[in-house]
Parts: sequence; C-alpha cells; structure tokens
Amino acid sequence: MSVNARTMTDEEFFYGHKACPGCGGALAVRQALKVLGPYAVAALPAGCMSATGFNFPQMAFGVNAMITPFAATAAVLSGIEAGLRAQGGKPDGCTVVGFAGDGGTADIGLQALSGAIDRNDDILYVCYDNEAYMNTGIQKSGLTPFGAATTTTPAGAHEHGCLTQKKALFDIVCAHGIPYAATASIGHMPDFLRKMERARGIPGTRFIHVLAPCPVGWGFPAQDLVDVARKAVDTGLWYLAEYEGPAVSGVPGGAFKLNRAPKSFALVEPYLACQRRFAGLDAADVAAIEAARDERWELMRSRWIANGEGGA
Amino acid sequence: MKRFLSGNEALAEGVRLARPQVISAYPITPQTTVVERLAEMVEEGSLEAEYLHVESEHTALAAAIGAAATGARTFTATSSQGLLYMAECLTYASGGRFPIVMANANRALALPWNIYGDQRDSLSLLDHGWIQVYAQDNQEALDLALMAYAVAEDERVALPVMVCVDGFALTHTYESVDAPEQDAADAFLPPYRTDNRFNFEEPVSIGYSAGPEHNRFYAYHHHQDMRAAEAVVPEVEARFAACMGRRYPGMVEKYRTEDAEVVMVALGSAAGLVRTVVDALRERGVAAGMLRIRYLRPFPAARIASALAGARAVGVLEKDISFGATGTVYANVMQALASAGVAVPTLDFVGGLGGDDLSRAQVEGAFDDLLRLAEEPVAFAADPVVFLGISGAEGGAA
Repeated sequence: MSVNARTMTDEEFFYGHKACPGCGGALAVRQALKVLGPYAVAALPAGCMSATGFNFPQMAFGVNAMITPFAATAAVLSGIEAGLRAQGGKPDGCTVVGFAGDGGTADIGLQALSGAIDRNDDILYVCYDNEAYMNTGIQKSGLTPFGAATTTTPAGAHEHGCLTQKKALFDIVCAHGIPYAATASIGHMPDFLRKMERARGIPGTRFIHVLAPCPVGWGFPAQDLVDVARKAVDTGLWYLAEYEGPAVSGVPGGAFKLNRAPKSFALVEPYLACQRRFAGLDAADVAAIEAARDERWELMRSRWIANGEGGA
Repeated sequence: MKRFLSGNEALAEGVRLARPQVISAYPITPQTTVVERLAEMVEEGSLEAEYLHVESEHTALAAAIGAAATGARTFTATSSQGLLYMAECLTYASGGRFPIVMANANRALALPWNIYGDQRDSLSLLDHGWIQVYAQDNQEALDLALMAYAVAEDERVALPVMVCVDGFALTHTYESVDAPEQDAADAFLPPYRTDNRFNFEEPVSIGYSAGPEHNRFYAYHHHQDMRAAEAVVPEVEARFAACMGRRYPGMVEKYRTEDAEVVMVALGSAAGLVRTVVDALRERGVAAGMLRIRYLRPFPAARIASALAGARAVGVLEKDISFGATGTVYANVMQALASAGVAVPTLDFVGGLGGDDLSRAQVEGAFDDLLRLAEEPVAFAADPVVFLGISGAEGGAA
C-alpha cells in the first residue's frame, strides 16, 4: 500500500525540535521518516536539522540518529551500514538514511557522497535544499540560485545577488550510475512521499534532492511555505525528475524521467517578487533567469522521457 | 609462531588477531602496507571483516565512527597529512566515546613535502581526546594492536586509541616477531560489547549537541575516563602476559634510571638507539639511563617525574618541534617535572626530522651535553632546544 495522506502513520519520528516556523527542511525530514518508519537509522551533519534536533537533553528524533562531521554524512552512513552488515545485517524495515542540507551535500559533503555511490553502499541520502547555508545565517552555497541575495552575496548597486548558477547536483549524482535518484519539492508532497517509498525499496545507494524553502533565508511569510515550493516547480525553476541506474532500469547509462513536463510555465516574476532575496533583481536579471531555465528544460526535454503533463 | 615481518605487517597481524568487524582503508605512505595486508587477509578469508574502500582519510575515520555507533569493532590506519585531513573527525570519535583503534605511521608534515618519518603528525594532535601509544619495535606494534582494543573497549575508558609506529624505521623494517595464535588472542580479547550503540527496541540519539550548561560534564568525564586508562593499561598488560607470555612495562619504561645521573627521555623507535648508547656509557662508568614514554595520553606525569627525580640532568630526544616553543614531548615532560616540584636542568634534543638519520654520534653527543649540563647548567640557559645536525658539532649545543 502506498504512503499517502490517508495511509501515513500518525507516529512522529521528528518532533519537539526547535526549527523555525514554516521550515521546509523540518517538514521534509518529518515526512520522510514517516515513510521509512521506526527502524530507520538517521545521520545528519552540521546544519539546520542537527542544530534543531539534537539539543541535549531535548532529543527530537524518534529513530536511532547521530550527528556526523559536516563533510561526512555519506561516510558515516557507509560506516553504519557496514557495521550493521558485519553484525548480521540490518533488521527488517531498516533504512540507513542521511539528511543533509545543500551546502552539506553539494559543497563540503560531495566527496563523501561520491565515494558512497561509487561503493554502492546500501544507504539513502536525502538532500534538503534550502539554497544557502541557513544554519550559519544565509550564506551562499553551491546550490544558491543566480540572483539570490545572501549574506555573502549581498545585493547592491554593483552586484544583485548570487552570480553563479545552481550546481547541477542531480546530474552529478546520476553520472555515477546510482541505482536510484530523484528530485522533489515539499510543495508536491505526494510526489516526494512516492519517491521516498520507491527509494526505500531499492537496494544500493539512493539519493533524493528535495527543494525545501526557508522562510527566513528566502524572505517570505512562514505560512506561504508550500505555495512557494509549488511555485518553484510551476515556474520551471525547479523540476521533478527521477533517474534509474543501469542496474534498475536495464538501460545502459540509466534512464531519466521527467515527472512533470508542463507545456508552459507560470510567470517567473511573481515567484521572484514574493521573496525578499530576489528584491535586487532588474529586468535583465529576470531575463537571464528565464533563459537559464529554458536552456535547462531544453536539455531535459530532449534527453529525458517526459512522464506526461502534470504527472505529479 | 616466529615470523619475519615489517612493522606494518606485524601491526596488520595484530589487527587480524583482534577480529575487527569493519575496516575503512585509504592509502598513504608509509601506512599503506597495513591496509594492503588487511585486504589480503580479507580476500583469503583469514579475517572476516567489512572492508570499506573509502575515498579519503576524512571518510576513513567518519565511516569507522558510523560503524562503531552500531557496536562494531573497527579499525583504520593513516599517517601524516592523512591524519591531519581527518583531524576534525578525531574529536567526533573521542567525544562520541567510540573505542576505535587507529594505527598512525609517524611521518613528517608538509611543507616541505616529505614522506619519511618523524612524529610531528601525531604530536600535533595530542589534544584531540585520543589515547596515544608509541611502539618501540615491530613486536610491540603487533602486541599494541591487540592491547589497544582491550584498553579502548574497557568500560572505564571507552575512548579511541592511536597506535603510533615510526614511519620506515619500523613500518618498513623487518624484524623477527612472535605472532600469537588466534586462540590465545581470543582468550585475551573477547568480542566488543557496549551500550553506546544504536538500539532498535529503544532508539537513541548518539552524538548530539550539549550547550554551555551541560558541556563541561562531557569534558570532565572524558578527562576522568582518559585518566582511568592509566590504571587500565597495567591490568591489560598483565592479562596479555598471562595469555601470551610477554610483559610490557606500563605507561613508561624505565631503563637503568634508578641510579642514573643523566637520563634521556625517548619516544618510539629512537629508544632502541638510546638504549644501546646507555649501555655503552654504563660500560665506561657513566651513570646514564633512559625513560621511554609509551603512553603520551593519558599523560603519566607522576611516573615520569618520579623516574627523573634523582637525575642531575635530563634530556628529551624527539622527532618533533612546536615552532617557536619547544618540542611537544619536552613541554609535557617539563610540566610533569614542575607539577612534582622536581628541579633538574633539562635540554630538548630535536632530531630525526623528515626521516633524517638519528645517529649514534648524535645521541652520544646529546649525553655529553647532559653531562656538561649537570656540571654547569648556566651554560645552556639561553634556549633548551638543541637542533641535532645544526647546532655546531654533532649533538652539541654550542
């Protein structure tokens, strides 16, 4: 039976934490653990979720969990998995899962993630992407999008925010031939839950990159969390996709699938305008954002299988 | 069984006998042959372990931490820049109270880049909460691999142990070594059991944040339990002797120090040379002695002070320098002497850096300096640090 709003457990495995109101990361972790269940073992590096979930004596995880060195999410996951395997294997229903932010994954944690995928260790890695180092106070990461103001890419007269494009993390992960990888958004919860469930059932290394907006860092009211996350997808600035590696898909090089391939996108301006981080952009910046989006979609539409309009 | 093994091979044999369940391996000279031998043992089936081919030293230790959190016995090995690269993980391992055993093949630090032996790597990380022990020869390297687990996993201690083996001088030098039988090793070292692990009946958080109101308690107990190892080590060595028939002298080894007027403090393989020079001096009627520090953490300050209390001059011979201060071993020994109120003139002989040969002539010269120091301490008042091979004549301070 698939996990959805009706069938999902009432049990909580991430609660009593001190995340900010409207935290996309906390929502992603909470819902993901509901899919994985009580035998999950979670590892989290330095970041918002460890800073808000591991404060002795107020422990927020209802599953086995531990903090890892910042760069070492995937490394610790590999060790946990090997340790359990060496002692007779994981209990039934046990998923070794990591939750790391965008900086912890695409920047400092990328080497360890690459190593784990290379070994095909039996772990699930979830990157909750709030598009900057939020825990330390909104600094640019490799997944900060072009034009976003952060405290290290301040918008002013000379520069209007982040000057680089969001790193193609999903592509990097898939280039390893990982058994399963997906992108998701907390604004499309059924799609995210389905992908968590799919990932749960596949042996080997699995990766889910879930967009998890941050009201504080992005500058929008907390109650708009889900709307903002949805708009990111509707505008085409984020995408919902899956990759099955050669071993799972039977396709040499693996198979990409676009879960949602709309004929036209929602307007970008309202999405940008509802967030303080984009307040410094001018018309040329917006045009550049649209152009980069269109280029990305041209690549995805031409090379990936589209799974129908509005598949999510 | 007698075997002809390099230090790394001997250490790997000790690790095999300890039955680690997870090994994380990454190459770095001069450690590499440790993980090569272990890979062969896993391949041939003489060692049943999960062998992780990690992509960095940082991951080597982080993976060992993850495995230890499941209750598995773990091993990794490193050296030099690799040790520094994993340095932040050292405090996760010790603060998490994971009894990981790690071999460090002592090697110089860049720049200038140098693959040869000295002890700047591990000595620069003394404060990371690990037990540090230094092998004198290949037999001790093998035996320490086994004993390190017994100390680390003792519930009074529950801390990781770094077994330091001098690069090339030991790691790549062959000696006759007695390799224990597996039965004896099993009798000595039972399987690892701990409550500091994940629990699927009552899930736990392992490794977390502790704020200002709680942090000091973690530090205090870490410190106290490290201190407790000073009592555990002799117990472990007594059990080892009962199982293997080989005795070790505890935190420090005193060699002809009882009536010695000049004593040289040594660490690791250099002790072999110092011992030879002490014997030669004794034959000439010079009351020389040596104090070998085996465990530098926990620091056996009282034992060091009492061993040196009767000397008229004390030298420290070390392959290390804390730039702008003194050698780290010297600084620690001085603290031991000061705490015990032992007033004795001292010199710090820094040599063997970057694989430089520590010669017999240098050690003899250093003892000459100590004899002169005993007679006229004021002659050396300006600076206790003597760079061997630089300061004038061999071993001379002038």
